[in-house]
Amino acid sequence: MTKEILIVTELWNGSFRKISLEALSEGKRLATQLGASLTAVVLGASVEDQAKTLAAFGADTILMADDPGLATFRACEYTNVVAGIIGDRAPGIVLFGATRRGRELSARVAARLSAGLAVECAGFTLEENRLVATRAMYGGKVIATVDIDGDIQMASIRPNVFEVAKVPGNGKLERLSVDPGKSNVTVLEEKIEVSTKAELTEADYIVSGGRGMEGEDFSVLEELAAVLGGAVGASRNAVDLGWRPQSDQVGQTGKVVSPKLYIACGISGAMQHVAGMSTSDIIVGINNDPDALIFRVSDYCIVDDLFEVVPAITAALKA
Amino acid sequence: MDIIVLMKQVPDTEAPVEIAEQGNSLDAEDLKWAINPYDEFALEEALLIKENRDDVTVTVVTVGPDRVAEAIRVAYAMGVDNAIHINDEYDDETFAAADAWTTAKIIAKVLEETPYDLIIAGNRGVDDDNYQVPAFVSGMLDIPMITLVNSQKIEGSEIVCEQAIDGGTATVKASLPALITANKGLNEPRYPAFRAIMKAKKKAVDEREPEEIGLDAKTLGTTGAKVKIRTLEFPPERAEGMHIQGASPVDKAKELVRLLREEANVI
Repeated sequence: MTKEILIVTELWNGSFRKISLEALSEGKRLATQLGASLTAVVLGASVEDQAKTLAAFGADTILMADDPGLATFRACEYTNVVAGIIGDRAPGIVLFGATRRGRELSARVAARLSAGLAVECAGFTLEENRLVATRAMYGGKVIATVDIDGDIQMASIRPNVFEVAKVPGNGKLERLSVDPGKSNVTVLEEKIEVSTKAELTEADYIVSGGRGMEGEDFSVLEELAAVLGGAVGASRNAVDLGWRPQSDQVGQTGKVVSPKLYIACGISGAMQHVAGMSTSDIIVGINNDPDALIFRVSDYCIVDDLFEVVPAITAALKA
Repeated sequence: MDIIVLMKQVPDTEAPVEIAEQGNSLDAEDLKWAINPYDEFALEEALLIKENRDDVTVTVVTVGPDRVAEAIRVAYAMGVDNAIHINDEYDDETFAAADAWTTAKIIAKVLEETPYDLIIAGNRGVDDDNYQVPAFVSGMLDIPMITLVNSQKIEGSEIVCEQAIDGGTATVKASLPALITANKGLNEPRYPAFRAIMKAKKKAVDEREPEEIGLDAKTLGTTGAKVKIRTLEFPPERAEGMHIQGASPVDKAKELVRLLREEANVI
């Protein structure tokens, strides 16, 4: 029976990503049901101050792999360390956040350990002390309930789905001496722009634009997103037309998002787009075509010119 | 130089899906199929490399039932040289439940006896969204993997790639053989003419069943899968929404903000 649940956390820009706290909180819930302990794994360089804070989110043990070689994310080195820790401790359940890094790291670790991995899970239950996961497939058109084979069940969680709960844990800090080992890929150069903007999949508020934007000027959406403290997304059409970067794309071939509020502006509501946002708490559709498919999934529908409505929403929010 | 492209046929993202009667797979009956969009970038990149050198052979490797022949014809029409199709149609019951692990196992086995210098895969399959096959294949073959590649350049026995990373890009280098995964925007995939696709029907496909490449069927499909689908369900349907009325766009906007504050409680 599972005695330990292990959460692989992710530091970004000096602090933990919200998804790591979501994973810890869900891990705590599962650990309580199983009578298991909850362990957080932190990788980085000089990260003791941050690592300590995880005690407030239910971590009984905080394993700190603190090494200059882990200062920035390197897929091979991180895989060596995480697979090593999991191999040594043999936890019953391992959770990751399904961020870009989390997806790559979890897949590499699963490959290394020949473990089963369910990606981007949106819910977990326990049956006979084993994890059963639900996850979206076909971009959210269907929800699958899956069993994960093996002694080490690995899963990653979808951002913005699990609640963060502050539950104190023992928070025993253990410093691991780790060897990041060798990499078969050499990094020649890195260009990173630290953005203050909310990452699309983690944003609570998303204002998205489609073909109805009529061009690359998304400033009305950016202003509304700024007032809400959210992010700007785009439909596949808007990305394919070169109006927005591909990283903004919401939908089956882009990002799947579940914010508190999703405002779709000038988006027709094609199936592949809806698949990527239909789990949002509240959806607002703004389109001058009363027959737009987006209205079928919208909680609030406004049939009007988005270039008049959106600035008026921004103004009303500021008032 | 031998380039392998990993290709998967997936349900067309614009088409609705139905759940099969037994409840744990899609009803394939009326489904429209297409090449996984990320694999189209992989195919295109291999063909672009081929066009710039005179020593390149491009081989597409795919796993799936009979219907995958359609995708192979498209790949041939685009310009690939060879196709290897591991066909699991003969035992639909077993293989409907293949997962990333069993698929990677088949591909890695094929590549044990197929020469390769570079493997190009799509970054993800837009059906299962597992993000795992490339990592599993590179792990099984013990070769470097570079994910989310925006551009690449082969320099002698090495490949230099610009890849997307959190918050930006990285330029990285690995020795060949290596596996890279295609990010959206890597290139603009060509669309072959219908005639070329029809002509491709005549092209030979190296088509074999998993047992013929030396794998035990019991280690594949439902029994071999590490992630097993129990049931598929449709997400709960969203209730009919409210049409916000108003004399002007400003009135509608004000009413929306009131509803979001007072009724939906999201702001």
